[in-house]
Amino acid sequence: MSTESIPVPTAAKAPGPAERHAAPEVLNGSAAILRSLENLGVTDVFGLPGGAIMPFYDELMSSTAIRHILVRHEQGAGHAAEGYASATGRIGVAIATSGPGATNLVTAIADAYMDSVPLLAITGQVFSTLMGTDAFQEVDIVGITMPITKHSFLITRPEDVPATIAAAIHIATTGRPGPVLVDVTKDAQQGFAPFVWPPKVDLPGYRPVTKAHGKQIQAAAQLLAEAKRPVFYVGGGVVRAKASAELLKLAELVGAPVVTTLMARGAFPDSNPLNLGMPGMHGTVPAVLAIQESDLLISLGARFDDRVTGKPSEFAPNAKVVHVDIDPAEISKIRVADVPIVGDAKDVIADLTVAFAQATKNTPSDLTDWWVRLDKLREQFPLGYDEPDDGLLSPQYVIERIGQITGPEAIYASGVGQHQMWAAQFIKYERPNSWLNSGGAGTMGYGVPAAMGAKVAEPERTVWAIDGDGCFQMTNQELATCTINNIPIKVAIINNSSLGMVRQWQTLFYEGRHSFTDLNTGHDTVMIPDFVKMADAYGALGIRVTRKEDVDAAIKLANETNDRPVVIDFIVSRDSMVWPMVPQGVGNSSVQYARDHAPEWDEE
Amino acid sequence: MTHVLSLLVEDKPGLLTRVAGLFARRGFNIESLAVGKSEIPGLSRITVVVDVEELPLEQVTKQLNKLINVIKIVELDPLQTVEREHMLIKVRVDNSTRSQILEAATLFRARIVDVATDALVIEVTGDTAKVQALLRVLEPYGIKEIAQSGLLAIGRGSKSITERVFKN
Repeated sequence: MSTESIPVPTAAKAPGPAERHAAPEVLNGSAAILRSLENLGVTDVFGLPGGAIMPFYDELMSSTAIRHILVRHEQGAGHAAEGYASATGRIGVAIATSGPGATNLVTAIADAYMDSVPLLAITGQVFSTLMGTDAFQEVDIVGITMPITKHSFLITRPEDVPATIAAAIHIATTGRPGPVLVDVTKDAQQGFAPFVWPPKVDLPGYRPVTKAHGKQIQAAAQLLAEAKRPVFYVGGGVVRAKASAELLKLAELVGAPVVTTLMARGAFPDSNPLNLGMPGMHGTVPAVLAIQESDLLISLGARFDDRVTGKPSEFAPNAKVVHVDIDPAEISKIRVADVPIVGDAKDVIADLTVAFAQATKNTPSDLTDWWVRLDKLREQFPLGYDEPDDGLLSPQYVIERIGQITGPEAIYASGVGQHQMWAAQFIKYERPNSWLNSGGAGTMGYGVPAAMGAKVAEPERTVWAIDGDGCFQMTNQELATCTINNIPIKVAIINNSSLGMVRQWQTLFYEGRHSFTDLNTGHDTVMIPDFVKMADAYGALGIRVTRKEDVDAAIKLANETNDRPVVIDFIVSRDSMVWPMVPQGVGNSSVQYARDHAPEWDEE
Repeated sequence: MTHVLSLLVEDKPGLLTRVAGLFARRGFNIESLAVGKSEIPGLSRITVVVDVEELPLEQVTKQLNKLINVIKIVELDPLQTVEREHMLIKVRVDNSTRSQILEAATLFRARIVDVATDALVIEVTGDTAKVQALLRVLEPYGIKEIAQSGLLAIGRGSKSITERVFKN
């Protein structure tokens, strides 16, 4: 069983003249990488060449099947590949040279690891004969990325290329997806070997479980049938597993409330009355308290992240837990599961739906009392915001309008911080893969390149980057990539002239001491840099909006402009804060609806 | 509580780094580590002793299982397992202590593998308790140096871990 080969898809295109011969074609390692990627269905890659990857780039230049987008910084390639993958579920590919090229990918690789994004990173390496000698642009990127990849490979011989690339993509895209790095020495790229396809891929230590145990499904269905206050706690795994349709069916059959974590926004439609919104530190009060008061949590592809649980010992104190995850290591890592289910969310949810229908055939479950309580919470504590006292634009309003005007078919990518939370709260998501963000790693600068990657993958969709003035300054060089390669993304800079989330914490927890969080980009400052001029310099359309009455027109103009990227500099109030909020280190029952305003709730 | 884990792994470059790095990163201490070839070409066996409670042990086992090059992990039940450590001990001797040390070594079924006028190297094999006991006996004479292997362990009886993995 363990020596079986993994089936590798054969090339979709007709074989070339050389391939009709019985003897395999002899290719150099670079051509073998390219041919392998083509055969595995890769159509777009992001990267930037350098010395140790030049042989591969020489081959790449002549490819007609693969579009290469030349980025301005390798981190941009990494996040673009992530955005590409997160918007589609297909593998994202980033390419860099050795040394600093490879280390510039590290942040994006770590990001993909935390958020389970199928990412293939291909890096050049110095000649195998030079490895270990501190050669020019040599770093041990396989070593550096060991803790942040699902797996990593070093190729030193051209004959190992096809099987390694096939294995890398297989590992990255199956089971719990994640980043895989393939480091290829320059001599492996230059040397020649017969190109054998499909290659034999042996991974005896890699067999992800996808089909769950029937007995566990029955046990979960039984708990669900008996529960008085069940909650579906839905995580990003449901998006990765493409299980939204199955989830909708199950939730509607059970009639239980659904909460969607930051990574799962869009996994279940916001317009569905069963959806209570996002749980966690900045979740809605109904979502947070539903979990706290619940007697059964059905966790689907979620991992009990500290930003969701708050103090774990006080999280959902009266709930039994059914934990469904494709990664056995997530189950009972933070919270011991009463019913652990290892399997692919898509299959498990479908099986659970059937089992629940069976379990409730004669005694339908009744959640009326639960909904009376939840509807009261929804009525009392809807998501909302106050207009700022300083008369400046409300950031929440801007983000809400972008969502309302652009609609759910668009893709929204965000940076990290206050604007990210507002974009998760105030844009209404109706479909999976429409919300892209850096949830686990919290990588500032994710927004612009991720939006770029998403737009390459889904050119027909409108793609917005909801960014902050801090985040934007970390990766905005990819605007050049967007303009030159005709990738017309829209960027909304929610410009509060500061590292807003840090500033919010300083206001709340550090006695208002705003230590080094002023960026001087916004209202009543020197405005360096001037984002509108910057947009202009990059060949993008730059718009500045300072008044509420101009917000809609700017968004509409952006949506109508598709011959170049658009950057809107929304000058907003710096004093707006993200609410509700659970302060760090306390239980979620201490959720505050607004500053110093905690809702009453039933402890019993 | 110490646990003995037997890992069947693919013999790939960097494998040991992956395993050791995982322990360090997840905050687990390796008490002892022994690595060598297994009976199957291309596969190695790692015997790890960790000092953790039951729940974190489950977590470390699951995390290890996620390493692509790790094929199988078995926690060995101490009651059903043969465990051995191997130690070389360089102990100070003089004419007045030599015979006592030789006698102690004989009692522990240890062997003298090197002799000098003022030192002996003693080789001892046994479970952890026996090796430690010999060390305690030799300590008063002055231990100059020790070199110790990690714990080796194998299940009793005819069953083998590898057979279970490759049975189909």
